[in-house]
Amino acid sequence: MADIFAYIEHNQGVAEDSALELLTAAKKISPDAAVTAIVMGSGGDLDKVCNEMAASYNAVWKIDNAAFSFPDAEAARKALVNILPGDCVLLVPHAHLGMDLSPGLSIKMDSTFISDIVDVEGLDGNTLKVIRQEFAGQVSTHVHADIANGAVVNVRPGVFQPDESKAGGGEVVDKSGDLGDVSVKRKYLETVEAEAGEVDITKSEVLVSVGRGVEEEDNIETMFDLAEAMGADVSCSRPIVDAKWLEKPRQVGTSGQTVKPKVYMALGISGSFQHMGGVKGNPFIVAVNKNPKAPIFQVADVGVEADILEFVPELTEKIKEL
Amino acid sequence: MEILVCVKRVPDTAENEIEINSEGNDIERDDLVYSVNEWDNYAVEEAIQIVDKVGGSVTVVTVGDEESEEVLRREMAMGAQNGLLLTDDGFEGTDGKGIASILAAAVKKGNYDLILTGAQADDGAAEVGGMLAAMLDYPYASLVNTIETQDGKLKVGREVEGGNQDMYEIELPCVLSIQTGINEPRYVGIRGIRKVASVEIPEYGASDLGIDASSVGGDAAKVKRMDYFMPEMGEGAEMLEGSTEEIIEKLIEYLKAKGGLK
Repeated sequence: MADIFAYIEHNQGVAEDSALELLTAAKKISPDAAVTAIVMGSGGDLDKVCNEMAASYNAVWKIDNAAFSFPDAEAARKALVNILPGDCVLLVPHAHLGMDLSPGLSIKMDSTFISDIVDVEGLDGNTLKVIRQEFAGQVSTHVHADIANGAVVNVRPGVFQPDESKAGGGEVVDKSGDLGDVSVKRKYLETVEAEAGEVDITKSEVLVSVGRGVEEEDNIETMFDLAEAMGADVSCSRPIVDAKWLEKPRQVGTSGQTVKPKVYMALGISGSFQHMGGVKGNPFIVAVNKNPKAPIFQVADVGVEADILEFVPELTEKIKEL
Repeated sequence: MEILVCVKRVPDTAENEIEINSEGNDIERDDLVYSVNEWDNYAVEEAIQIVDKVGGSVTVVTVGDEESEEVLRREMAMGAQNGLLLTDDGFEGTDGKGIASILAAAVKKGNYDLILTGAQADDGAAEVGGMLAAMLDYPYASLVNTIETQDGKLKVGREVEGGNQDMYEIELPCVLSIQTGINEPRYVGIRGIRKVASVEIPEYGASDLGIDASSVGGDAAKVKRMDYFMPEMGEGAEMLEGSTEEIIEKLIEYLKAKGGLK
């Protein structure tokens, strides 16, 4: 069995939730494998993250370089090609950094790339058997990958339980001297923070959230009527912001806001993992969708198979009568 | 600026309910409506807007069969000057890496300053753009949601967590994967498509591209999809049944109990 490595995302000295989820995924690939955490960054809080990971992982490779004061996938890719064994399995969270880093890394390492896995069935010789989803989560597939030359595997955040056993006891090894040339043709300038909107949906207790099922901009008002009757705020999924029907600060999802309401009404929202990644705090989820196979019905508490354009006005009327 | 935009013909999942065929080896494709991958459409619009500003031309390329030609024509009707169809019986069953290698061969036959892909397509892998960049040794940025042209380089924004945007300066030539929402793709009418109906679209096969046929196709694929199946519903939602009135009554009870009505 080839060595398994996990790319640790961290922020201000704290590892992201994905850090221990990758450990669970690694153990599902090979229960006995030694798993090494890769922690890249620059000075400051880096040791704190390394020590935190050493409790859980069998080893930690610390990579301290000014090039990683901001997590830059282009520079990280060059460094990883130089330090990782050619036939290793590297696990990376399938988030904004992993999507930037991993596909190209697999090419540079001449290994196999497996994107956005949601489960691991196991390793059979050189065949890694995993589960992925296609068509925005509507169908799943069994995928078999030949990893004889190693693999870069992007793991969907939030689907594996974090491994809290702290059974690692690994040593922190400083690999900063082995990076080689990490100069790149892409220069990080700055991060532009998201603008605040007229409503702060991260504070809302009840959200009426609107998706593609609203069909036309004129129908948005119908959803506001329901929200008003319920005393709720209006949020939305990505296509509504893409169409410029509602402003970006109302978007729920990994690239929008993270909300923690008590009740979340998903209206005409299919429920992609990027959208649900922004719904936290275990709210009571009501889904209304005309597609009975919409993935939202897997995560909702209560579902209604209906066209929101017909259902919502009737619901609003009844609530007003209360 | 010479821009190549890589596009894919996919089933329109917003319009279709996806079902699995009886053998479990594919989805039911007979009744599906196909169109251009949504992300790719934004990429083509962005390319056209850049060329409108700084000059040059837009070429749309796809790896596919004869049916993919309609997608190229649709994007040409938007304003892309050229189309390019990469087609060969030997391409059947190619995995993401194989697709990237076919596209890389096409890039090398041209003289492009900028290559755009959609951030992802129907399989959700989000892999071809990054692989293509690595094969060409070009810099890459994914999930791009703003592009500003500068002399010999671009200033681009990447959409990241929490609606924030990481700004980068990136040298040309480069590969960018485009996120939805970067622009408002123009509407294409029947008349527009008719106008480009007779424009010739060159076709390249494996030998035209100098690709060793054994390096692509199903046999060369290292990542193989074995089947399709419906995900386990787990607990799943309690589906409310009955007349609309009964459903609404039950739903209101739930909302009251859970604090959903104020």
